[in-house]
Amino acid sequence: MTLPLIPLPEILLLATACGVLILDLFLAADRQRWMVYLLAQGGLIAAIASVLVFSSGDPQGLFSGSYIRDPLSDLSKIFLFLTVALTLIYGKDYLRQRGQFTGEYLALTLFATLGMSVMASAHGFLTLYLGLELLALSLYTLAALDRDSPQAAEAAMKYFVLGSMASGFLLYGISLFYGITGSVDFGRIAEVLQQKPGDPVAVFALVFVVAGIAFKFGAVPFHVWVPDLYQGTPTSVALLVGSAPKIAALVIAMRVFAGALDPLSSHWQAMLTLIVVLSMGLGNLVAIAQTHIKRMLAYSAMSHAGFILLGLLTSSAEGQGAAIFYAVTYALTATAAFGLLMVLSRQGFEVENLEQLKGLNDRSPWYAAMMLLVMFSMSGVPPLVGFYAKLAVLQAALQANLMGLALIAVLFSVVGAYYYLRVIKLMYFDRDEDSKNPVPLLTVGSDVRLAIGFNALLLLVLGISPSGLLAYCQAAVSL
Amino acid sequence: MISAHWPLLSLIIWLPIIGGVLVLASGDQDSRVTKWLALFIALVTFLMSLGLWSGFQPGTAAMQFVERETWVPLFGMTYTLGVDGIALPLILLTTFMTPLVVVAGWEIIRFRPSQYLAAFLVMEGLMVGVFSALDAMLFYVFWEAMLIPMFVIIGIWGGANRVYASIKFFIYTFLGSVLMLLALIYLRLHSGSFDILGYHAVKLGLGEQTWIFLAFLAAFAVKVPMWPVHTWLPDAHVEAPTGGSVILAALMLKVGGYGFLRFSLPITPDASLSLDWLIIAMSLIAIVYIGFVALIQEDMKKLIAYSSIAHMGFVTLGFFTVFAIVRHTGSSNGAVLGMEGGMVQMISHGFISGALFLCVGVLYDRLHSRQIRDYGGIVNVMPVFAALMVFFAMANAGLPGTSGFIGEFMVILASFQANGWYAFLAATTLILGAAYSLWMVKRVIFGAVKSPGVAQLSDVNTREFFVLGVLAVMVLLLGLWPAPLVQMMDSSIQHLIQHISASKL
Repeated sequence: MTLPLIPLPEILLLATACGVLILDLFLAADRQRWMVYLLAQGGLIAAIASVLVFSSGDPQGLFSGSYIRDPLSDLSKIFLFLTVALTLIYGKDYLRQRGQFTGEYLALTLFATLGMSVMASAHGFLTLYLGLELLALSLYTLAALDRDSPQAAEAAMKYFVLGSMASGFLLYGISLFYGITGSVDFGRIAEVLQQKPGDPVAVFALVFVVAGIAFKFGAVPFHVWVPDLYQGTPTSVALLVGSAPKIAALVIAMRVFAGALDPLSSHWQAMLTLIVVLSMGLGNLVAIAQTHIKRMLAYSAMSHAGFILLGLLTSSAEGQGAAIFYAVTYALTATAAFGLLMVLSRQGFEVENLEQLKGLNDRSPWYAAMMLLVMFSMSGVPPLVGFYAKLAVLQAALQANLMGLALIAVLFSVVGAYYYLRVIKLMYFDRDEDSKNPVPLLTVGSDVRLAIGFNALLLLVLGISPSGLLAYCQAAVSL
Repeated sequence: MISAHWPLLSLIIWLPIIGGVLVLASGDQDSRVTKWLALFIALVTFLMSLGLWSGFQPGTAAMQFVERETWVPLFGMTYTLGVDGIALPLILLTTFMTPLVVVAGWEIIRFRPSQYLAAFLVMEGLMVGVFSALDAMLFYVFWEAMLIPMFVIIGIWGGANRVYASIKFFIYTFLGSVLMLLALIYLRLHSGSFDILGYHAVKLGLGEQTWIFLAFLAAFAVKVPMWPVHTWLPDAHVEAPTGGSVILAALMLKVGGYGFLRFSLPITPDASLSLDWLIIAMSLIAIVYIGFVALIQEDMKKLIAYSSIAHMGFVTLGFFTVFAIVRHTGSSNGAVLGMEGGMVQMISHGFISGALFLCVGVLYDRLHSRQIRDYGGIVNVMPVFAALMVFFAMANAGLPGTSGFIGEFMVILASFQANGWYAFLAATTLILGAAYSLWMVKRVIFGAVKSPGVAQLSDVNTREFFVLGVLAVMVLLLGLWPAPLVQMMDSSIQHLIQHISASKL
């Protein structure tokens, strides 16, 4: 294969995004928006296909090694594009209902995807930063998609201010590392740091990099933006923020911590330990007190971020495989959860308070059953895939002799089970007495119903036979 | 004929689970179809388990009907099933009780019968899975998955306080299980795979064994349940629908006892030896203290629930006196007696407590009250039912000739060889058990007719008579002729005692 074809997924995404922007100019009315929608979906599918066609075991570098294509990037891109494609399907009817299904939404989503894709392939701090900023800027704008809502504007503003600060931190850390090593290439940085053990400037720089990356995960104590953002933005945007970027963030975390900064492993392990414990503790405990379902999912996302980082901090191949498996399955689970919330939102009404799920089993048993699967998967009960994700991480943690952290992790997942069970309780055990004449559910196309069913049942199928995906994840990291 | 090549265990596990999904899919439009389908599946499963019994070789302790398939090779997880003399009686109990529960709920459950029956069928498959899994993760998956249908059963069809009870039940058991999960993973890292029989052989230091033992204890003690982690049981029982109570008491508690025999004792024999005082103390407290607690209950279901805890104390006492017996007498004969007594007690308690809950269910369906004070003089209006309930209460009190006597007697006899005090305290149950069982019967069944409501009660119908009658026959049969059951488990128990007598240090 000739070299310039290596970043074909990115080329396709960029071309599609530009195509969407241009085509949208010539579309007369909302009626014709399906054309750009199909173009966007086509671009994503073509990108997945291009990953599959050109995937091979050997890593290939480009642009003096700052861009890399390896099994890890292939794996993460497939699932990134898949979750974004699902996001677009779920969001279509929901946004159209609210008059926000615009060409810009599609184009910005594609640019965000391009940013994540670049992150997945970044093998130098500069590429990483480019991808990260492309993602972040697209998401800031998307968060403010609902221009007339003060809540959305507030959420977008908070996200923008805090996000830029985090980017600043990261950039500052990167510049210090450049100062120490004279390079932004991950391989080169690792080599130089190897020769300077215990360099205090490097540890100083590390603090900023850890903070910047932890912000992207929404891990505690860099989490304050997450609940407000989830609550304030349209659900389709919250979904885009809450699912796929976790995978991209994990890939850069793996390449930075386990790759470039491996010589400093004892330092970043200590920092991550603190972040892991805080994320699991605060996320799970505060989620109990939430009455707003998206805020609850936001805090639950923190606890899952804690689990993902726990896998990473074992600094073993098993742990990294477990972390990527966790991130991928979590992204699928979160996509299903938000997708269900969008389907269940009624015309003009959001599903906001947990109370609104009351008696769902009476209204639509099928969606209630899908939500049941999602909630049990998130709480880590077999035979759903969430269990294997936790099992893989715990196994790696025990292998690395992190007994204490493993114990904390399982105890907090018991705490977590409580609020997931509460959702099930509301759907199944409570009756909806208030609404004598319920507003009809959002009318969604059969494509959405099919996608939701596929997405939630996938959690069960992967739970019964997780072998293939586990092996794929493990193979992607053990090079 | 049943061929040895059939994956019989898999069939017994998956037929009810897939059948449960079919029942769910059949919907509530025509509940007759749903019910007959559920009953048919439960009966076919029971017949297949009889095939298991007929093909079982009682003379060996080796695993039989073994099936082995790859599952998740990366983690060393395999789909391995097999039964020995310890698992088989419990599997038979499970497949025997499920059709009875389906019949017992026949006309009672009007709200979403398809979901109700599906939950029970899925539950049956999962429980057989727990008893036959030979891979630790497969065991754990079945073990945890069992929580989902039970949670739903209590939460949807339970009484007034059902939500509290269901969440308490789930969180309690989940907390115990996750600690066990860590222990299972730890063992896997030492033995190289999740094979349970491999765990039995792995060498461990006393410190490690103690931690693993405590982690297992957290899981199994909650399930049994042992004092002081028993508090979820009365809540869950009181709020569960009748069928749910039967499954909980008759089957789910046994999962905990089975766990001690399959995991705690053989994997950590030295820790079991050094901590046997703890289990014995907890068991004796359960027998004596919970017996007193049962005495003052006003609610019939609560009373039976507490009596279950006391009776399960016998099970754990029988399992863990073995060390003291061997130490004291130097031979393992008494130890075998104690352990077999515990096993017999589990099976017998399955029948008796299930029957008692069904009796309460019969009354509840008529008067919608479980309070003892609302009843009185039942014998005047429901003579057949009164005879059956008195019989089960007698069995619960350990009347000779019923199955309740055999298990308790074996355990008391064995604990005499360990320590006279153990036997003394354990034997108080004969008094306490008689007191709370018979006092309840006296107040509910005998005396003058209490109220106009009671006066209008109609006696058991054919369906109820059939269910209770079958159980009465089983209680009597096991009480008079326990030999087939004891023979079935004898080799496996002998082998287990031999295994745990050898130190792993």
